[in-house]
Amino acid sequence: MSIAPTQGGWRFRQPSVIPGFGLTLGFSLAYLTLIILIPLSGLVWRSAALGWTDFWAIATDRRTLNALRISFGTAIVAAAVNVVFGTLVAWVLARYSFPGRRIVDAMVDLPFALPTAVAGIALTTLYAPNGWIGHLLAPLGIKVAYTPLGIVIALVFIGLPFVVRTVQPIMEEMDREVEEAAATLGASRFQTITRVLFPGLAPAIVTGFALAFARGVGEYGSVIFIAGNLPYKSEIAPLLIVIRLEEYNYPAATAIAAVMLGLSFLMLLVVNLAQSWSRKRYG
Amino acid sequence: MEVRVANVRKEFDRFPALHDVSLDIRSGELIALLGPSGSGKTTLLRLIAGLERPTRGKIFFGDEDASQKSIQQRNVGFVFQHYALFRHMTVADNIGFGLKVRHGAARPPAQEIRRRASELLDLVQLSGLEKRYPAQLSGGQRQRVALARAMAIEPKVLLLDEPFGALDAQVRRELRRWLREIHDATGHTTVFVTHDQEEALELADRVVVMSQGRIEQVGTADEIYDTPNSPFVYGFIGESSTLPVKVEGGEVWIADRPIGLPAPDAADGPAKLFFRPHDIDLLDGCSGCIAGTVAASRRVAGTRRVELEIGGERQRVEIELPVDHPAAQKSRVAFRPRRWKLFPA
Repeated sequence: MSIAPTQGGWRFRQPSVIPGFGLTLGFSLAYLTLIILIPLSGLVWRSAALGWTDFWAIATDRRTLNALRISFGTAIVAAAVNVVFGTLVAWVLARYSFPGRRIVDAMVDLPFALPTAVAGIALTTLYAPNGWIGHLLAPLGIKVAYTPLGIVIALVFIGLPFVVRTVQPIMEEMDREVEEAAATLGASRFQTITRVLFPGLAPAIVTGFALAFARGVGEYGSVIFIAGNLPYKSEIAPLLIVIRLEEYNYPAATAIAAVMLGLSFLMLLVVNLAQSWSRKRYG
Repeated sequence: MEVRVANVRKEFDRFPALHDVSLDIRSGELIALLGPSGSGKTTLLRLIAGLERPTRGKIFFGDEDASQKSIQQRNVGFVFQHYALFRHMTVADNIGFGLKVRHGAARPPAQEIRRRASELLDLVQLSGLEKRYPAQLSGGQRQRVALARAMAIEPKVLLLDEPFGALDAQVRRELRRWLREIHDATGHTTVFVTHDQEEALELADRVVVMSQGRIEQVGTADEIYDTPNSPFVYGFIGESSTLPVKVEGGEVWIADRPIGLPAPDAADGPAKLFFRPHDIDLLDGCSGCIAGTVAASRRVAGTRRVELEIGGERQRVEIELPVDHPAAQKSRVAFRPRRWKLFPA
């Protein structure tokens, strides 16, 4: 019985004749270790020093659980909202040319550039019960600022460019002929969009969702202004970590951080698996 | 289904891509639109499909005016050069797409769509590949799937835009023969665009030669090759040689000598003489012939191509000789075209 070398196991992809493989790989590994791996393992190390029982007690504390639920819940909702409207914005930018298109295009990047605290204060001013938008919503019984809804709005603002910028290039590359083919086969415009175009965009949309979600879970600056930060109601996990730090309760802070790390890692892993599955299928 | 293109003009941003084109396509005919790039052949095909709207003129399917109908209503099968398959669908779903998007009673049950898809796969000789994705197929296979997808909706006309343009020579030849077989088996009225004259002449019942947004000539392969009606068609189809001549007293002259070609109907004045390089008689003496010095001689497959310089102005012209012909060794060759045509210069 013989085993073909290409089957089973793994091996290095043959480096090309252009030199630099050793150097670039070495540099990348050193860089990743320094910037990402050491801080993260420090985090795990510190929380491991806590001991399992204490760790579990902190992690399942009602305030911690609520904070995590709010952080992940609002991040998922905001990312989902961004998927819908971000795709729409990308569609408009990729498909149509209209006066001011470049300005709109540039505006999409603003949330990247703006200090998050500024965004948070601006949004709070707008959505507070006496703010421009808030006073219109107040009579309807809708409270935005100082509730989880406010957190969602802040995260929508922060996450929008992630979806737009991942979906837009794919949309621009999409082949017009595929749409024309669908039309000649009798598909209406709506059927062409839902059955032909969107499935092709799905991988990009999933990536955009993952990025917006990841950004949302970790967001701190803009959220703390609009959230009101009521424990059990609108307190996000990153804020709880800061609170614990200010109490010099480092083990508790690292424990919450480790839980967040684990959960985020798990969700991004699922997204990536979905990605590679769809890539394998559709090529 | 007959297709009639009536006085169609198409402009893109005021730039005319088609000038007043008319064409009758008979039911069940396999017709080729042939021309260099920019000749408007693809535009004409897209106009028939409804992918473009004519600036002026009408297109009829049978007696019906199709120009006011949307693409969806026209019920045409269109095959693109780069296949345009739906990447996220299996082969069977691609083929069934046109039936699945129908509404209400027009949509066959799922079982029927599946059956139809595998029937068409048999027809295009890809049985058993229902579950594959387009990315897992070769170029030739993808184009077959694209054709099956277009035929699934029982189109009135089948339109193919350079269907074999993206494939390599071997596959091209194979698919060409196979398309002819499919056409004979199904009898769809078929129009295909190509810039490959061999493909057009071999495959089509009639060839439409186009140039610069106009139809130059419509005819069978024989008509197009043997009796081209314009200098463009003579030069574009097959090999041709051309010489500037003049007509005087019902005879063709080069410089100050008649070359032994009678032209009783041609008007006096300068003209252009066209002939096929292989369609000539070699002569020994020269009283009334074309004579020139050999400038170059190349072996091309089964013949020898000789380039001659004619007259004081050293006009170059190509003729073809049998490989072992002694004339190729000589420095001067005299000949007279067997079949030729004059066009006013």
